[in-house]
Amino acid sequence: MIAIFLYILIGLSFLCFIRVLYGPTMADRMVAIDIFGTIVAGICALLVIKTGRLFLIDVAIAWIILSFIGTIALAKYLTRKKLDE
Amino acid sequence: MNSISIALLVIGVTFDLFGCIGLLRLPDIYNRLQSATKCVTLGTCSIMLALFLHYGFTAVGIKALIAIPLLFFASTVGAHALIRGSYKFGIKLTDKTVIDDYKEVEK
Repeated sequence: MIAIFLYILIGLSFLCFIRVLYGPTMADRMVAIDIFGTIVAGICALLVIKTGRLFLIDVAIAWIILSFIGTIALAKYLTRKKLDE
Repeated sequence: MNSISIALLVIGVTFDLFGCIGLLRLPDIYNRLQSATKCVTLGTCSIMLALFLHYGFTAVGIKALIAIPLLFFASTVGAHALIRGSYKFGIKLTDKTVIDDYKEVEK
């Protein structure tokens, strides 16, 4: 039961990389990376139930925070480049 | 596992699936981010809530319960900042757009 959900979520995380490959602009790629980080947090939460290794929830929380920092950094970069011109 | 956890897991995986389909299929960055952020945030929060119901008030359950507001606020704030930055950068809207309110605010 949990294994089927894990296979679905791993397939979805590969589906995000199609958008990373073919995204027309840089912001499209960053959106796909953000969504990928959120799905990986879900994968870590399922792996806690599946394998019983309890430290994986810490990996999920750290991945959420790092994905948030990356998104904010790119948003600041996109805004400031327009202001400089 | 009890049945409520399994129901929450099914809801979470389904919303993740719909969010990724929206990320691939919609025509514009604004539509894509609107679909993907809402659906995937709700899906992963539902999976975390299922983890809390499975483990109860242990260390893992409390951490999963803490991860829900963290994920909620991080995803929404990041989406808002990214969409504002990409609008100011000048990424064009799709041709089917009916109304653009933010252009009149900027004026």
